[in-house]
Amino acid sequence: MNILAILARRLLHIAATVVLVALLIFVLMHFLPGDPVMMLLGDRASDEQIANMRHRLGFDRSVVEQFWEFLKMTASLQFGESVSMKVPVISLIVDRLPITLMLTSMAVVLAVLIAAPLAFIAALRQGGIADAIIRVISQVSLSMPVFYIGLILLITLAAGLRWFPVGGIGENFFQNLYYLFLPALTLALSLSAILLRNLREALIEVLQADYVSFATAKGLMRHTVLGRHVLRNAWISTITLLGLHVGSLVGGAVITETVFAIPGVGRLMIDSIFARDYAVVQGLTMILAVMVSIVFLAVDALQALLDPRVSA
Amino acid sequence: MSAVQEVAPREAAIAMAPGKRAPLKLGSSTLVGAVILLLFIACAAFPDAIAPYAPNKFDYRATLRPPSWAHPFGTDNFGRDVLSRTIWAARIDLQIAVFCTLFPAIFGTFVGCLIGYTGGAIDSVFRRIVDVVITIPFLVLVIAIVAVLGPGLTNMYIAVSAVNWIVYARLIRGEIIAQKRRDYAAAGQVMGYSASRILFRHLLPNALSPIVVYWMTDMALAILLGSSLGYLGLGAQPPTSEWGVLIGDAKNFMTTAWWMSIFPGIAIVIAGTGFSLLGDGLARLVRRR
Repeated sequence: MNILAILARRLLHIAATVVLVALLIFVLMHFLPGDPVMMLLGDRASDEQIANMRHRLGFDRSVVEQFWEFLKMTASLQFGESVSMKVPVISLIVDRLPITLMLTSMAVVLAVLIAAPLAFIAALRQGGIADAIIRVISQVSLSMPVFYIGLILLITLAAGLRWFPVGGIGENFFQNLYYLFLPALTLALSLSAILLRNLREALIEVLQADYVSFATAKGLMRHTVLGRHVLRNAWISTITLLGLHVGSLVGGAVITETVFAIPGVGRLMIDSIFARDYAVVQGLTMILAVMVSIVFLAVDALQALLDPRVSA
Repeated sequence: MSAVQEVAPREAAIAMAPGKRAPLKLGSSTLVGAVILLLFIACAAFPDAIAPYAPNKFDYRATLRPPSWAHPFGTDNFGRDVLSRTIWAARIDLQIAVFCTLFPAIFGTFVGCLIGYTGGAIDSVFRRIVDVVITIPFLVLVIAIVAVLGPGLTNMYIAVSAVNWIVYARLIRGEIIAQKRRDYAAAGQVMGYSASRILFRHLLPNALSPIVVYWMTDMALAILLGSSLGYLGLGAQPPTSEWGVLIGDAKNFMTTAWWMSIFPGIAIVIAGTGFSLLGDGLARLVRRR
């Protein structure tokens, strides 16, 4: 099967998954205890007010009708209007998504830059002192919640040494590179702990593989073996791992944006929860799920490109 | 890995001596993990005996004091002793570790057994559910559920349990499918045992060890998740002492009173490390068997 056929099948699969995600979100929002209308209006609302609000939100129609509406809205990226900010949900998301994308991209780059060399050192000197130190560090950072990593960086590098701003974002792309560095480093540190641990194991496995012994036995230079055979496989493992952990990356972004007061979609999500702005929470969950699916797809495609065994 | 290689020859020697079981050599890291957890369990069980002050005792003459002999972790903006609050918080955070994982572990194992053993249509439905759930980031899904239910500890337990059982079900499903292909499962069928007897008396005990190992890791993850939600204001609510809540309370005093956030955070890291070390030890034990 060629790559195009695989991609087409994956796209269909994603479309089906997205519809089911919509169903799940719909069920969550409509059948869990807790009435959004009452939460919005408070206990002292009159019956008329409640009826009006129910009508405005479409709650007075049948469940099937409501779900169909929701699906149609999702397909056209219309998620209704934000109750607290009085603007379409989609415009809020479009405004803030670039910041979150920039933050997460920077975090991924930093995480790979941190984790890959350390994993290499640890795997090549397996059982040595460097390996032991690296493993202890990754063990400790695995047990560190993202918000705590952020707080430590804030207290030391931003508030203490004043190397970085305490929060917020800049006015243009280059200022943002500077403003988002510390938040991205926060996310990167938590991601690289996972990455480091798994990558080390993967590298050790590759180093013991027959084709590496064979390449060495052929008399290839050590750096040729490492560069051509080991590194290529390490890339595949890294990309697979990043794909697996994209969910925790997004979750981490929600927290990091809250810690550093960054106006991205994560912060929007938390603010909307406290403002009881369900349309925003619903729309955001949907958009994030679609984005994760796209990342899954991209990872599959990259794997197929890098690893002939996958597409064969 | 290297530990396994070291003990291998000795293990072989012992295996040759009949009637003797290989000694349980778990390594010092497992011991460290166990000691850490015991300390936290002691804090959770007897906080009033261990903590020097009451967790919510205001002292307006001693607000925002840096660490000293009287207050080793300093005091907060209400003059509450941070050390005492951190100790009392162990009770809530260990509760989080257990309550966020117990139902998922039991329910997920049960459902995963049935799915793995039955296969067919139920299995396809389950695989679709897994596809959907992994597409929504775990934290986002949990906070979306908490958003509907309302913030608070109980609702957090409900939200996490509603999502987390799937992880266990997926894990045990794979194990059961692998065990089902083994000879002893077929032997059970030949003997005329009922499906439930084969599944729960024979397959399950053999498939259970990865679940137990994962459960330990999951308790560490639950503390990280629970404290994150506490920090965001969606989990435990102030004035409850919970590590995440304590750090959240310190938000406005980050630059002036670092001790309010740093010490409860260290407690999270140590507790998480304790669970992971114990989990790793268990994993090694299981792998050797």
